[in-house]
Amino acid sequence: MLNRLTDALDFQAQALNLRSERQRLIASNIANADTPGYVAREMNFAQALKNATGAGQTASTLAASQPGHIVDTSATQGGTFSTLMYASASQTNLDRNTVDMDRERASFADNTVKYEATLRFIGSNVKTTLSAITGQ
Amino acid sequence: MSMMNIFNVSGSAASAQSQRLNIVASNLANADTVAGPDGTAYKARQVTFQTQLMGANASDPTAAGVKVSTITEDQTVGRRVHDPKHPSADADGYVTYSNVNAVEEMVNMISASRSYQNNVEVMNTAKSLLLKTLQMGQ
Repeated sequence: MLNRLTDALDFQAQALNLRSERQRLIASNIANADTPGYVAREMNFAQALKNATGAGQTASTLAASQPGHIVDTSATQGGTFSTLMYASASQTNLDRNTVDMDRERASFADNTVKYEATLRFIGSNVKTTLSAITGQ
Repeated sequence: MSMMNIFNVSGSAASAQSQRLNIVASNLANADTVAGPDGTAYKARQVTFQTQLMGANASDPTAAGVKVSTITEDQTVGRRVHDPKHPSADADGYVTYSNVNAVEEMVNMISASRSYQNNVEVMNTAKSLLLKTLQMGQ
């Protein structure tokens, strides 16, 4: 019963976590706008969210039941890193830096708004649950 | 709290940019200095940035800060002006000035200050998001 209440919250929590990671990723790109040779990264958000919530996982993981077994960490470690992609340069640069500041600023603003949206979703979810508990 | 790292990332970038601004300031300040007692004039300096991974996990590419890796001196020959009355003139009457290019330095300054502003804005946004996260569910 209780997990019905918390399942929706769990999903939003995962989304919030990924949003904050994407925020950090874009901040890193902006920070390295003048670093020679830096290649901008971008997150495939839909895929990352699928991975995080387990919606896209069909392959079963290997069990490590004996002391000699090597734990298969590829599925868990991959996490958000595996959904990271390299951004190609929109305009080539002499120092091989591929950060496009306009695109990064737009992504940053977009991610900010979506982060706040997720926060609101969580807030209203909590309010709904609270009003159900108090029965008013 | 993965967003806490934004302050480290953007902070390192702001610090690197301010170091670049500092170098620009000393280059501009020395734009008109002549050769000192050692016979060589001031040489323009330039910073080189390098990515510095700052995540809890060393291979985490999502927290990439910046550091100044090296400061290099521009080795081109300084401006030489014929001025025999100048106390620092050599035997032929030429005075060697520093090799600072004021136009280049101004461009560098504007670029550094814009990058600095960008990073400050990123930190402000991250701060307001974190504050809103603290008020979650209220």
